[in-house]
Amino acid sequence: MSVVLADLAYWQETTIRLLVGLVAVLLPAGTLVYLFLFKMMSFMQSRLGPMEAGPYGSLQLLAEVGKFLQKEDIVPQAADRLIFKLAPFVVLVSTFLLILVIPAGPDLWFIDVDTGIFLGLAVSSISVIGILMAGWASSSKYSLLGALRATGQLIAYELPMILAVVGVVIQAGTLNVQEIVMAQATGEIFGFGGIGSPYVITQFVGFLIFLIAVQAELTQPPFDMPVAESELVTGYLTEYSGIRFLMFFIGEFATAAIFSALAATLFLGGWYVPGLEATDNLFNVIGPIILLGKMLLVAFFIFWFRFTYPRFREDQLQQLAWKVLIPLSLVNIVITGVLKVVF
Amino acid sequence: MSVYGEMAGLDPLTGGEVVVAQNIAFGLIAVIMLFSALRMVTTRNVVHAALYLVIVLAGSAAIFILLGAEFVGVTQVLVYIGAIVVLFLFGIMLTRGALGVDEEEKGEQRLMSCLVAGLLAIVTAGALINTFSDAELTRSSPSTTATVGDSIFSQFIIPFEAISVLLLAALIGAIVVARKD
Repeated sequence: MSVVLADLAYWQETTIRLLVGLVAVLLPAGTLVYLFLFKMMSFMQSRLGPMEAGPYGSLQLLAEVGKFLQKEDIVPQAADRLIFKLAPFVVLVSTFLLILVIPAGPDLWFIDVDTGIFLGLAVSSISVIGILMAGWASSSKYSLLGALRATGQLIAYELPMILAVVGVVIQAGTLNVQEIVMAQATGEIFGFGGIGSPYVITQFVGFLIFLIAVQAELTQPPFDMPVAESELVTGYLTEYSGIRFLMFFIGEFATAAIFSALAATLFLGGWYVPGLEATDNLFNVIGPIILLGKMLLVAFFIFWFRFTYPRFREDQLQQLAWKVLIPLSLVNIVITGVLKVVF
Repeated sequence: MSVYGEMAGLDPLTGGEVVVAQNIAFGLIAVIMLFSALRMVTTRNVVHAALYLVIVLAGSAAIFILLGAEFVGVTQVLVYIGAIVVLFLFGIMLTRGALGVDEEEKGEQRLMSCLVAGLLAIVTAGALINTFSDAELTRSSPSTTATVGDSIFSQFIIPFEAISVLLLAALIGAIVVARKD
């Protein structure tokens, strides 16, 4: 966006960034809901899914949003009103800040900062506060239990996620996301540079750990203890209705989309495809589409696991994080560091 | 980044719009932080206090970023907001799940804590003014993450390792205290 916006005033630039950011959050989220939640899940369960609204049910999503907007926004009598109402915004803020670090082309970025991926991981941890606020302010024991479970889970899986990214950062030698993409585009594997060096090959262990941790961060099955409907109604979402429930819902799927895009950027080469120069101006046009395609590929796996596996027990969930994923990612960092020095 | 580029050529006192905008931003953030800090210690609700603390810490992260210390600012968000406050909230909600005002927190320790806080403020302010009263922020280059990393692992390697060992000791200590068998 740097080239496009070079001559505009600050407020014009900011307005355009806001609008593009809004589209960049909502469009992938809607795509995921329709493509995977509505259609793929239906096909896996041998049914058609929504078919009535629009061709092949494609406008079902708009109908759902319209339905949620009409519903009454109920606040429980015993709730802490202000915090109850603020909680969904905190979750959404975290989501919207996270999209900022992902570049969609050589000149298409929101912020090109030095701390890059570190900033992304930092802002993604803010959503926990929103979840705790929601659970506590609802003044319901299901909500509180759900929020506590969510927090325990998010803290446990944030560590392996950050440690998995450290492997990528060591190999690329930078925290800047744009430079990580460039490093993958111009990299070579044992002297062969034909396909660049997507880190999914060299950092395969890191990629797996990252995907598992993302699954847990999104509280998607099999890591959906916090919203386990058979035990906790819907956890911290129990008391929410209408537009505030919709905000949590959008937040959940937008975060799924953005984490998929982040995984695609860190491990699959981001907006780059082999065959063109990485600085080619064409990427400013096709970059977002390539990134969307790669994002859908990663999201496909996330939702595939979501629809396939049964739920973990709480102790199994914590054991997987602390006893398997964290040691594994530490070993991955050591090996990556050694190899980086050797080669 | 373009803001930093413009800042590079500016005199800190007479420089143009960028510095003015920075001062306004600093003023706004400072007011919000002061208000939240006051509310944090005066509110009767422990969870509200922890949430006000979030605002204070976010404000200090914003001020770090305003000063060009991007890495420190982001670390502030990750460590303090993302981890420490979350643990505070987690602990509070686990032990006193009930909503509303905490009746046990009566004002007996208020005087003492005011005294301690006042002393701490005087000592910190004195030390800071003594050391940095005529120091000026170099606007030529905001510290990049690479320089921070380089200086930690060259110039400050011994303090860094000392802190690491200290943290490890605290970690082991916590586990020893917590385990039952």
